[in-house]
Amino acid sequence: MHLLICGGTGCSASKSQEIADNLKITLKDKGLENEVQVILTGCFGFCEKGPIVKIMPDNTFYTEVKPEDAREIIEEHVIKGRKVTRLLYSDPENDQRVADSKHMGFYKKQMRIALRNCGFIDPQNIEEYIGEDGYAALAKCLGEMTPEQVINEIKLSGLRGRGGGGFPTGLKWEIASKNHADQKYVVCNADEGDPGAFMDRSILEGDPHSVLEAMTINGYAIGATKGLIYIRAEYPLAIQRLLTAIDQSREYGLLGEDILGSGFNFDIELRYGAGAFVCGEETALIHSMEGKRGEPTFKPPFPAQSGYNNKPTNVNNVETYANVPIIINKGAAWFSSIGTEKSKGTKVFALAGQINNVGLIEVPMGITLREVIYEIGGGIKGGKEFKAVQTGGPSGGCLTKKHLDTPIDYDNLIAAGSMMGSGGMVVMDETSCMVAIAKFYLEFTVEESCGKCSPCRIGNKRLYEILEKITKGNGTMEDLDNLRNLAGVIKDTALCGLGQTSPNPVLSTIDNFYDEYVEHIKDKKCRAGVCKSLMRYIIDPEQCVGCTACARNCPVNAIKGEKKLPHLINQELCIKCGACIERCKFGAISIQ
Amino acid sequence: MTKIKSLADLRAMKQSVQEKLDTRVKGTEEGLVQVKVAMATCGIAAGAKQVMDYMMEETEKRGINAVFTQTGCMGYCHAEPTIEVTRPGEDPVVFGYVDIKKADQIIEKYIKDGELVDGVIPVNYEKIKD
Amino acid sequence: METVQITIDNKVLSVEKGQTILKAARKAGIYIPTLCYYELNGVGFENRPGGCRVCVVEVEGRKNLAPACATEVMEGMVVHTHSLRVVNARRTVVELILSDHPADCLICPKNGKCELQALAQKLGIRDIPYQGAKSTYRKDLSPAIIRDVDKCVMCRRCESVCNVWQTVGALSAINRGFDAVVAPAFEQDLVESPCTMCGQCVQACPVGALSEVDQTRQVITAINDTKKTVIVQTAPAVRVALGEEFGMEPGSIVTGQMVAALRRIGFDYVFDTDFAADLTIMEEGTELLGRISKFMNGDKNVKLPILTSCCPGWVNFFETNYPDMLDVPSTAKSPQQMFGAVAKNYFANKLGIKREDMVVVSIMPCVAKKFECQRDEFKEEGNPDVDYALTTRELAELMKIFNIKLNNLPEEDFDNPLGESTGAAVIFGSTGGVIEAATRTAYELFTGKSLPKVDFTELRGLDGIRSAEVDFDGTPIKIGIAHGLANARKLLDSVKRGEENFHAIEIMACPGGCIGGAGQPFHHGDFEIIKRRHEAIYREDEGKPIRKSHENPYIKKLYSEWLGEPCGEISHHLLHTHYFDKSKQIEIEG
Repeated sequence: MHLLICGGTGCSASKSQEIADNLKITLKDKGLENEVQVILTGCFGFCEKGPIVKIMPDNTFYTEVKPEDAREIIEEHVIKGRKVTRLLYSDPENDQRVADSKHMGFYKKQMRIALRNCGFIDPQNIEEYIGEDGYAALAKCLGEMTPEQVINEIKLSGLRGRGGGGFPTGLKWEIASKNHADQKYVVCNADEGDPGAFMDRSILEGDPHSVLEAMTINGYAIGATKGLIYIRAEYPLAIQRLLTAIDQSREYGLLGEDILGSGFNFDIELRYGAGAFVCGEETALIHSMEGKRGEPTFKPPFPAQSGYNNKPTNVNNVETYANVPIIINKGAAWFSSIGTEKSKGTKVFALAGQINNVGLIEVPMGITLREVIYEIGGGIKGGKEFKAVQTGGPSGGCLTKKHLDTPIDYDNLIAAGSMMGSGGMVVMDETSCMVAIAKFYLEFTVEESCGKCSPCRIGNKRLYEILEKITKGNGTMEDLDNLRNLAGVIKDTALCGLGQTSPNPVLSTIDNFYDEYVEHIKDKKCRAGVCKSLMRYIIDPEQCVGCTACARNCPVNAIKGEKKLPHLINQELCIKCGACIERCKFGAISIQ
Repeated sequence: MTKIKSLADLRAMKQSVQEKLDTRVKGTEEGLVQVKVAMATCGIAAGAKQVMDYMMEETEKRGINAVFTQTGCMGYCHAEPTIEVTRPGEDPVVFGYVDIKKADQIIEKYIKDGELVDGVIPVNYEKIKD
Repeated sequence: METVQITIDNKVLSVEKGQTILKAARKAGIYIPTLCYYELNGVGFENRPGGCRVCVVEVEGRKNLAPACATEVMEGMVVHTHSLRVVNARRTVVELILSDHPADCLICPKNGKCELQALAQKLGIRDIPYQGAKSTYRKDLSPAIIRDVDKCVMCRRCESVCNVWQTVGALSAINRGFDAVVAPAFEQDLVESPCTMCGQCVQACPVGALSEVDQTRQVITAINDTKKTVIVQTAPAVRVALGEEFGMEPGSIVTGQMVAALRRIGFDYVFDTDFAADLTIMEEGTELLGRISKFMNGDKNVKLPILTSCCPGWVNFFETNYPDMLDVPSTAKSPQQMFGAVAKNYFANKLGIKREDMVVVSIMPCVAKKFECQRDEFKEEGNPDVDYALTTRELAELMKIFNIKLNNLPEEDFDNPLGESTGAAVIFGSTGGVIEAATRTAYELFTGKSLPKVDFTELRGLDGIRSAEVDFDGTPIKIGIAHGLANARKLLDSVKRGEENFHAIEIMACPGGCIGGAGQPFHHGDFEIIKRRHEAIYREDEGKPIRKSHENPYIKKLYSEWLGEPCGEISHHLLHTHYFDKSKQIEIEG
């Protein structure tokens, strides 16, 4: 028998180590230390109800356990085999105590569809993929379904583009299928330019065949015989695994001529990108593949009408494709039963920031931010207070406490001033300055703008400059008005998705954290203590004994004072390096 | 390798692979231990490759009948490198933060004796197959 | 024509399906400002990157504003071109562009002709609320074109012109984001790029980022120097465009007034490049006939078709792109350079002055002529045959400096002996003109008969590639014509592949020929202006008493007094040239 105690940061703060010790002592008392092991585990992700103790092998799940409960758990459960009912998880819906963790709704929070094979199969072995129903969907399409039926199935499933835009995938396929040409192309967008997102890389590294199979199905559905994967050269492992997978598929006759005896031909090649963020935009991506400058063009014409080499081209992202085979296998009805009315299925998020369980998660659409942050992510690091969550990558928005119970789907996120994007999710606590955060994201978009349209090329730069002015303490209330107007105009006039969304971090932080902007401007204060220029190092004359340690260590000679008399910091000279605070043994220096 | 030329071929292959996989998932009568190492970019960066090499070498030295596979990202970025160990006839267990020292413990305690060691990662998602 | 019904600014319009909002609005007389958009509808060229976002309009039911230049009309569309939302956005966008633009309008070559300046005025911008860093770049000075890309607004017109209309490929967008700019590859200098100096980028640039090298100062200095005899020659296309700079209708012919103006500026002799054009026909026509008769006599090594070589942009182009064909074009120098050679040898001799004491200025519709006159092979011991080549625009500026109002001037005649010309020389200014002029002379020399009809209308027109067969009294002569270097490339490649056969091909780099040259008054993409200049050229030809080059009495005199015969020894030495392989230079660089 094993007693598993959550050793995650959240539970550790609530004395999980003490619980473990108590359990061990009691076991020793009872002479059971050799039969029952006490194990500290990684985070269960259920920090809200921590500390957690789980008994194996019967899967009993005790929540909010205190050190003094240890004895009862050993005596009742371990020795007598009776569950300690008062410690069992109580289902908030019906107040019933749940004995077996497998029946807890909590375990249904994550659902792996796109990531179904990641971490389970050997990605370098096509047979393992086949063993997990791999290529069965392709066989079904080629053998039993017409291209129209395939498109219809995808349409019915409600699958929307996982790359950010959320365009209905089936509709996209249908448009491409209706544009006739001697050659059409299927393109997989594996550019993944959002620096905080890596689900596409993970899928390509962990389950490359699912993407190859989906692209082949896509080719069959729209009448294309050629597939291209546009992947950033910074993903060498993903590239290597894809190349291996393509070779294997060809070897097994699942790519190439006359696939599965159906007469359908399809093959896939890789195209390498240099990792420009804008090349995730499909027209820019196509130009990049054609060897031209990676910049977007106005749509229409859509790629489905005139794309790669001016031929009808269907572009979908990796995660979107990863959903396709399972939809064909399990049916549109199954898929559309998951999620919300307009957003079906699951979404993979890269959970990052000030959160306990940084990681890659896959959740059904409609889950709330609260569930993701507190029940899967294990809550905020160090027990700090949640402040904001940034979704949608560099051009998403910052959502706040009031959005915690908003069900996550495409439309709700946009309504809240953010977006789904490719699935980056960065959680911030009180130590994050929202003005600095907005500036941080703008710095990225300024860097990644292709420079084609004026609002994005110049406007984002100006947004950045104004934010910098504010964080330096030189902002005016007029700047705030300019910021708002400019951000609005950029959204309204920019050429492509990058520019149309790049002001989101600015607008959403102004909307949700207006006071913080005003504080920076009027009070010259950064409450998070992030904006260096707004910090003041002060020596408390009551505490200072005049030891001169600070003055001697100040690199810019900003501290003056007589020996044994209180010292003073010249604010004009001070560079806020913090050397004085480190040296002061009397706690006389503080930051304001 | 002969090509898969038809649906029937594919089904036959699935069948045979499935059997192999099932024995892997459940473990075999002969006491074959299955170890999966998450070898996506993040895992490799955190040292998964060294851990895998070490464990392969050590299990052989210590006379343990184990088979190693590399797999993709398990999603526990906070706990890389991660490995999943399946003892014959038992449910798989995921261990996080596996360095050489931890790997040694896992071999000695869990693989040999079924005794869990610190660092177990509780699985908290639903697989669509279930 | 399939139509859809749309509403723009409360006006219900029935417009052609598939058209853009911009075109529909313009047709209906509704103004939508633009900046990056640029078209030459007469030759099917369009630059429509949708990048500047100045033409944004509000389309009801659409989430964001739509660029009018790129958005197609749809049934029932309701468009507002000047709603509050549009005006605020448009103004903000122009403020942004201005915030990254040098404010040196006072001394900018585009001052008064700048489309951005006009836009700022139109939108009433007095203040730029969004101040910040400016993107700065190295200034690039070439013999003909100055790139001052601090002023670049990324409209991409130059890039499209250079790549699509000219297929030269010297310019493309480089860098990203705020630092993005249009430049030669690797930010090298234009002279190191495949640039042909055609200057169509200068003609297209809405701002002062690309301009011609200004030489008015040097010309004034030269005239002011009493030791120098300063003579001027004027190219045929100048006289049908100069008037535009003084508010006259496009297509106004101002030859006489121009001559008067040049005298008032103080040039010692006012001559005509047309004279040299007649001379070119004598040389080139003779060369053509020579090659044709050799060919007819079974000489397998003769190079046909002969290619014209008066256009310096075209010469630069084939030296770079067709180094294997350097012996195909006519070896005759261009009229500008023939004039220079005659002036500094024959005429200087006549005046009894040293060539160093003579300054030859040319007035050209062209930017590449500035480059051409600085080529080493057109210099004698460092002294160029033509010292300065001013553009039509520079002449207009010069006149304005001297307070000369073209409209009020009397018509005066060119000086002699280098001022007399025929109608054949005038039509050099338009696409098809050189070859028509050559045909007029070659026909008579070849057949020994007088032309029944001087006008070869089959050679005229504004289509990019044209071909015609001319009957030389029983011998069919096949002629090809192209303007624009993309068209030239197409035509030449089809000849190289053996798909087409010609005896002679005329090529001009600029749209419509020299009348659409880069040195002409800015047409801002209004092709109607080029059409009117085109018509004027043929009107001027018709009005000339003599219309065949070989009948020019002063040309006859030049041969009898000095040159002897066409393609003779002096001609060979002074009026012909050779070409250089410039392709390697680019391969190394690129």
